[in-house]
Amino acid sequence: MNAFLQSIGYANWVLPVMLAIPLLGAGFLWFHGFVAERALKGGPASDDIGRWVTFATFAANFVVSLGLWWAFDPHGGWQFEFSIPWLPRWGVTFSLAIDGISIFLVLLTSFLMPIAVLSGWTSIDRRVHTYHALFLVLTTAMLGVFMARDTFLFYVMWEIVLVPMFFIIGVWGGERRMYAATKFFIYTFIGSLLMLLGILYLGIAAADPITGRPDFSYDAAFRIAQTLSSTERTWLFFAFFSAFAVKIPLFPFHTWLPDAHVEAPTEGSVDLAAILLKMGTYGLLRFSLPLFPDVVANPTVRSVVLGLAVVGVIYGALVALVQTDFKRLVAYSSVSHMGLVVLGIFALTPESMQGAMMVQISHGLSTGALFLMIGMLYDRRHTRLFSAFGGLARVMPLYGLFLMICVMSSIAVPGTNGFIGEFLVLAGSFQTYPILAVVSAISVVLSAIFVLWALQRVIFNPLDKPENLKIPDMNWREVAMMVPVATIIFYIGLHPAPLLRRMEPRLQELVQQIQPHVAAAAAKRATGVATGVATPVAVTADSVRIPLR
Amino acid sequence: MDFDLATPFGLTMALGPDVIVMAGAMVLMLVAAFLKDKPHAQRTVGIGAIVVCVIALGAVLMYAMGGRTASSGPVAVDPFRWAVDIIVLVATIGSLALGIDDNDREQINIAETHVLMLFATSGMMLLAAARDLMVLFLALELMSISTYVMCGINRRSPRAAESALKYFLLGSFSTGFLLFGIALTYGATGSTELNVIASAVAGGLGERQLLLNGGIALMLIGFGFKVSAAPFHMWAPDVYEGAPTAVTAYMAAGVKAAAFAAMLRVWTEAFPGSVDAWRGPLTVVAVTTMIVGSIVALPQRNVKRMLAYSSIVHSGYILIAALTITETGRSAYLFYLVSYTLATLGSFGVVGAVSKQNEGKLNVLDYSGLWHERPWLAMSMGIYMFALLGFPVFGGTGFFAKWYMLDASLAGPLKMPGVATALVLTSCVSAGFYLYLVTLMFMKERPTGERVGHTGQLTRVVIGATALAIVFLGVFSSPLIRWAEEGSPMTGISAPVAGVAESR
Repeated sequence: MNAFLQSIGYANWVLPVMLAIPLLGAGFLWFHGFVAERALKGGPASDDIGRWVTFATFAANFVVSLGLWWAFDPHGGWQFEFSIPWLPRWGVTFSLAIDGISIFLVLLTSFLMPIAVLSGWTSIDRRVHTYHALFLVLTTAMLGVFMARDTFLFYVMWEIVLVPMFFIIGVWGGERRMYAATKFFIYTFIGSLLMLLGILYLGIAAADPITGRPDFSYDAAFRIAQTLSSTERTWLFFAFFSAFAVKIPLFPFHTWLPDAHVEAPTEGSVDLAAILLKMGTYGLLRFSLPLFPDVVANPTVRSVVLGLAVVGVIYGALVALVQTDFKRLVAYSSVSHMGLVVLGIFALTPESMQGAMMVQISHGLSTGALFLMIGMLYDRRHTRLFSAFGGLARVMPLYGLFLMICVMSSIAVPGTNGFIGEFLVLAGSFQTYPILAVVSAISVVLSAIFVLWALQRVIFNPLDKPENLKIPDMNWREVAMMVPVATIIFYIGLHPAPLLRRMEPRLQELVQQIQPHVAAAAAKRATGVATGVATPVAVTADSVRIPLR
Repeated sequence: MDFDLATPFGLTMALGPDVIVMAGAMVLMLVAAFLKDKPHAQRTVGIGAIVVCVIALGAVLMYAMGGRTASSGPVAVDPFRWAVDIIVLVATIGSLALGIDDNDREQINIAETHVLMLFATSGMMLLAAARDLMVLFLALELMSISTYVMCGINRRSPRAAESALKYFLLGSFSTGFLLFGIALTYGATGSTELNVIASAVAGGLGERQLLLNGGIALMLIGFGFKVSAAPFHMWAPDVYEGAPTAVTAYMAAGVKAAAFAAMLRVWTEAFPGSVDAWRGPLTVVAVTTMIVGSIVALPQRNVKRMLAYSSIVHSGYILIAALTITETGRSAYLFYLVSYTLATLGSFGVVGAVSKQNEGKLNVLDYSGLWHERPWLAMSMGIYMFALLGFPVFGGTGFFAKWYMLDASLAGPLKMPGVATALVLTSCVSAGFYLYLVTLMFMKERPTGERVGHTGQLTRVVIGATALAIVFLGVFSSPLIRWAEEGSPMTGISAPVAGVAESR
């Protein structure tokens, strides 16, 4: 496989091509929609062409991305590099590359998109072309976030993601769609604008001393961040963190998420949960940890972040427990799962970080799949309330089977993908934060309770609603959507080694970068004397430390 | 040296493009008098005015490419002036085009509207050139008085009358402040020429520094009024709302650009030596403008009022350029103005297209579901809103403009992270009203029976050209950045700024 990929120069063009394919598809789709509207007055036939073009584009993108799995070298650092100057006077390059962290998110995106697009095949029947073109643009932007190697490009891609999602929620969403779309947009916009300030500050600090041109490449950012004062680094950390915390979403910045999820069409929810939220945790791994290791190691900052993460884990689970709407329940379970990811990242052990990566991947798969399943139910009954269902397993046996698989993956039953991640996070963070790990483990029980209860109310219980007697089971399209997801769920659950092997070197490197700072912080605390650069921030941090450990 | 400003001929040649506009205006005024009873008089004269502007634009480009220089005198011959001239002329051409369609719709068959706009434009171009406070004052008055009349040109509309009267009274009042400031500055430094003032300030004024500070403060008030900076912004919403839409576009884009150019020149050429005196107050004015504009815009339901407050917010952002007193600051100003002018012209174009005769259909709710009826109109408006919001790619140049302004505020000898944070946070607030219009246009259903009237050909061209320019320049920004960088150096400025840099 590798020889073949080399022979076609795969590594040189794969990333820009993956960004270009959806864009070209979107352009074609938009043009086709425009012509069809003008010449043929639209109609179902032209809508069908729109759907198939979208599916073909996503499928092509997935096929292209598959080569990454084999061509990727775990010890190779940044790979598949591609770089052209964009705004040379501002030190901005259009620079792409991926490493052991981003490859999984890129693959997750390209894998889920062709499946997600099938979910709206029949339920989206107005302005089909625009709807799908927005998804194609969204895909380019999401891939761009994970591929960018220039902070400016990263920011631009990060922001582009907002607009298609804003319109998808706002135009094709549910009853309170305008409210949800605006809330989603403004929440994320505030955070990311603060990140913009941080990016600018770093880029200007890295300016060439002779020409005065700023430099926004990741390398320059990493180089310059270590030379800044501790105060500057602390402020910059919070500037970046504000963007990520909203996106993840970390408690208490999560309130946009349930609204956005509930109002979005199925495909939008899938992307939101599976990929958009990962942009936040990806940002933590990509920027917060390597750029500001001493701030991350600072006991106060770390305790606060970990505290919020664990509160999110428990709070998300508790709130999910009382939901009456299936989609809202899954949305809150996302808050809980993403808290677990943050716990894994800030516990700063190699195992917990690997676990955090695994939870990201499996949350993308299982929550994405759950939203797909809820979408099927909604298409049939136009409601998501638990009280409207019961005993569906009898009329929809296939549906029951797949929902069972998704639910097991979501609550981390051994043998499914979810188990690997949660186990690694809890085991890894137990080494450094035993109490937090134990508290978070409670959430595993809680999530089992609320998801299994939901399962009981939907597919078991007596079949006592007359409307449910004639519900058709999953059709071929829906089975075709779920089979690949279910396969991957079990594949990762039973054989996670190929994934872990690919992410381990990069994460090890990250942990080694930070460990000295953690050790220094611990030593400082033990002796009570500031060893490093003494700053007002560090001193107050020591005196008001929250004793979480 | 191409022009000797001490001789009348040299001075006239140095003012070539300005003279073209002025002469064109006079000729067109005669033409207008002869055409008085013809049905399409205003259209003919309007097209003639556009032609005059295009010729002037050609002259400006010729002067700029020729790299003309001049001796020190009352007017500047430098790249900054040409760059501002280009922005002002483009804004004028756009406003004239909108104005022709606007007058047809409102049935204002007064050809002199376009002539007045040309007079105002010649004032603006002179404003961009002025290196003497007296020339500056003359130019400002030429611009303002023409604008007062244009505001009230629609005699059937009581709102327009209110707008014109309000603008006139408050405008004259503020001019008084400006003139008094000029007098005090003259008293302190003994000159009205900017470079003489600068060297006097740099040499130390002793007791007269107090006099100069008073002069700067009064001039700040005068300029603050012209650029509608808080707390001198009160007139803007009422005037913008009442004036004919094309005139509002002209005021928001052109008048503001020219007033800012003059302010930037005075502040960077004459007053950098006493930066400590004006830095604090100007920072307060800039930040207050951002905050007041963005918050008060939120509850507005009249589109023109909303855009008026939006233009106040942007004044606050552009004031950062004056605060930086660096070349980056001036480049950022030029870049920002291009982006802002395009978005403003376009958005008022859409407002004109949607509105009905006698200023109907100006409520934001009249934009509900516009996408379903007029997709291109709605999409263009979406682009302008995202551009004013400063959003990348979808807002095109708007994002780069804000980026440039942030860059200017964080780079250079005087770092201003506080002002940069204010810019960012008020941008978030402004998302509240820009997005509201977008949500209405795209996410609401069109009320049944609502039809948008026919959109004039010229308005279509303006809307299409500005939207395309915003998006295109938002991806391929390099030429625009180069243009802004090359347009930033001013004559006779490097020494005082270097002194500031050292003293920090």
